Amino acid sequence: MKKYILDLEVVQNIRLHANYVLIKMTHAEPLPEMVPGQFAEIRIDGSPTTFLRRPISINYVDKSKNEVWFLVQLVGDGTRKLAMVEPGELVNVVLPLGNGYTLPQNPGAIKPLLVGGGVGTAPMLMLGSELSKMGCKPTFLLGARSSKDLLQLEDFQSLGEVYVTTEDGSMGEQGYVTQHSVLSAQRFDRIYTCGPKPMMMAVTKYAKANDIECEVSLENTMACGVGACLCCVENTDEGHLCVCKDGPVFNIKKLLWQI
Amino acid sequence: MADLSVNIGNLKLSNPVMTASGTFGYGKEFEDFVDLEKIGGIIVKGTTLHRREGNPYPRMAETPMGMLNAVGLQNKGVDYFISEIYPQIKDIRTNMIVNVSGSAIEDYVQTAEKINALDAIPAIELNISCPNVKQGGMAFGVTAKGASEVVKAVREVYKKTLIVKLSPNVTDITEIARAVEGAGADSVSLINTLLGMAIDAEKRRPVLSTITGGMSGAAVKPIALRMVWQVSKAVNIPVVGLGGIMNWKDAVEFLLAGATAVQIGTANFIDPTITVKVAEGIDDYLNRHGFTSVKDIIGGLIV
Ligand SMILES: Cc1cc2nc3c(=O)[nH]c(=O)nc-3n(C[C@H](O)[C@H](O)[C@H](O)COP(=O)(O)OP(=O)(O)OC[C@H]3O[C@@H](n4cnc5c(N)ncnc54)[C@H](O)[C@@H]3O)c2cc1C
Ligand SMILES: Cc1cc2nc3c(=O)[nH]c(=O)nc-3n(C[C@H](O)[C@H](O)[C@H](O)COP(=O)(O)O)c2cc1C
Ligand code: FES
Repeated sequence: MKKYILDLEVVQNIRLHANYVLIKMTHAEPLPEMVPGQFAEIRIDGSPTTFLRRPISINYVDKSKNEVWFLVQLVGDGTRKLAMVEPGELVNVVLPLGNGYTLPQNPGAIKPLLVGGGVGTAPMLMLGSELSKMGCKPTFLLGARSSKDLLQLEDFQSLGEVYVTTEDGSMGEQGYVTQHSVLSAQRFDRIYTCGPKPMMMAVTKYAKANDIECEVSLENTMACGVGACLCCVENTDEGHLCVCKDGPVFNIKKLLWQI
Repeated sequence: MADLSVNIGNLKLSNPVMTASGTFGYGKEFEDFVDLEKIGGIIVKGTTLHRREGNPYPRMAETPMGMLNAVGLQNKGVDYFISEIYPQIKDIRTNMIVNVSGSAIEDYVQTAEKINALDAIPAIELNISCPNVKQGGMAFGVTAKGASEVVKAVREVYKKTLIVKLSPNVTDITEIARAVEGAGADSVSLINTLLGMAIDAEKRRPVLSTITGGMSGAAVKPIALRMVWQVSKAVNIPVVGLGGIMNWKDAVEFLLAGATAVQIGTANFIDPTITVKVAEGIDDYLNRHGFTSVKDIIGGLIV
C-alpha cells in the first residue's frame, strides 16, 4: 500500500482517563486506505527528549467523517506531549505502515476471537468493525489492570460480545485474559491479539494447545518505520524480519517464541 | 537556480545531497515519499560477502537528539544483492552506490570485485569501521596501517570511484584519512557512528543487546563538523561530510567546512522527504548569497 506523509488536523482530543487519550484527526483530502493492524509514525513536535517519531496503531477509521483515530497511552515524554494536542493543530503523520491482520476468506463460517490487553485493544476496534462489516461476528476478550483502564467499551459492545478480565477484579472476571471462562465455554476458529508481550505469549500458548489459527501484533522499538534501518527486527523462521514492514502482525507459526 | 552539481572522482552528482548507508534501505523504501532521482546519490545498505543475520534485538536506543544502533550489518550477502536487488534498483536515475563491509581483507576484495562488474553502480563506499576478525576484532579503520592495507587491496580490483568511509572512534582521524588517500582512495566520507552506550536504570540493564552501539543523529553534528574540517585540510581528495545533518543549514555548514558533498542518515527517519528539502535549501542559500554554483562555497569558511 502506498505510504503518505501528511499534516493531519486534530478534530478532537478526548481524555479517556488520566493515562489515555483518544485523538481524532482529519485531512482536507480523503484519507488513504488503511487496514486493521496497520500503524502510523507520528512526529511529536516540541518535546526536546523525543527525537524519533512514535509508532501508534490505527485505532479506527471513520470514513463518513474522513477521520482516523489514535488511542494513546501516556507512558513517557513523547506520548505525554502528543496527548496535549488541541483541535485545529496539525500533526505530521506517516501512514499507513506495515501489514494488517489477515481477514477470513469465508467470513460467514468463521468465529473469531479478538484479544486485547491494555492499550493493545487499540487495533481491535477497527479489526472488529471490518470483520462485522464482512458478516463475521467478532467476540472480544479485553484485559486490563482495572475497570478504569478498559477503554472504548461501548464501541466494542456495539460490534459483538465483549468479555472482560481485570487484574483487580473491578470488572468482569478477575485475572488475566487467558484465564477467562469463555475460552473453555466456547470454541473459536481464529484468534487475533495485540497487547503486552507476556499476554500475547499466553494467548499464543492457548492457541497452539487448541490448534487455533492466531495472529499477534508486535511492538518492537522502531526508528524508521519503513523497513530501511533494520532496528525493529524479530527472530522468525525466515531469520530477522522487520516488525515495521514485514509485521507488525505475524502468524504465531512464524515466531520462534519459547513457550 | 544555482548550479548544484559536484564531482567526486569520476562520479558526477546532480546535487551534493546523498543518503547515508543503513538509513535509506535500497532507496525503494522511500519512493512513496521522495522522487529518488532528485537525490544526488543513494548509498545502499552495508553489503558483505556472505549473508549476515546481524545482532539480536534490541538494536536501537533513542538518546538525547540522537540514537544508538547495533544492527550489526544485517544483509543477505553480495550474491543476493546482485541477483535480487540490483535488478530492482539499477534503473533508478541517480548514483546508486554500494556500501561494502567485511571482516577480512579478502572479503572486501571479493565483494568489491563482484560489484565492479555492475554497470549501474558507479561507485562503492568502503566501510572500514568493521572489526577485523583476523586482528582480534579491532576495526580496520582505527589504525593507519589497517586502513591502508584494506584500501590498497580493494583499489587493485575496483576500477570505479572508491569512497572510503572513516570511523570517528580514533585519536587522530587526519592520520587515517591521509593513509587512505595514499592507498588510492578517490574520496573519504565521514563520520560513521560514534561508539556509545545506553542503560535502562529501572532494569539495571543495557538497552542494546550488544551493550554498546553506534551513535548518530543531531547530537553528533559538532563532532562530525570538526572532523570534516580537519580532514578537508589534511587531504587533497574530495571529502563527503555526514553526521547529524537534520536540515539544509547543517548541510551548508558541512560544505563550508570543506565537504564536497554531504550524506543524510538518521534525519530520514524523522522526515522521509528531508533529502530533497536539503537540496532545495542549499539552492535557496546560494541564490540568497549571490553564488552561482555550490562549488563556490565548498571550504568557504571565513576564519
Ligand atoms: C507498531 C506499534 C504500534 C503501537 N501502537 C500503540 C498505540 O496504538 N497506542 C499506544 O499508546 N502505544 C502504541 N505503541 C507503543 C508506543 O509507540 C510507545 O508507547 C511510545 O513510543 C512511547 O513513547 P514515549 O516518548 O511516550 O515514551 P519513551 O520515553 O520512549 O518511553 C517511556 C517508557 O515506555 C516504554 N516504551 C517505549 N517504547 C515502547 C514500546 N514500543 N512498547 C512498549 N513500551 C515502550 C519504555 O521502555 C519506557 O519505559 C505502539 C508501538 C508499536 C511498535
Ligand atoms: C540504523 C543505522 C544503520 C547503519 N548502517 C550502516 C552501514 O551498514 N554501513 C555504514 O557505513 N554506516 C552505517 N550507518 C552509519 C550512517 O551511514 C552514518 O554514518 C551515521 O548514522 C551518521 O550520520 P547521521 O547522523 O546523519 O545518521 C548506520 C546508521 C544507522 C542509524
Ligand atoms: S523501524 Fe526501521 S526497519 Fe523497522
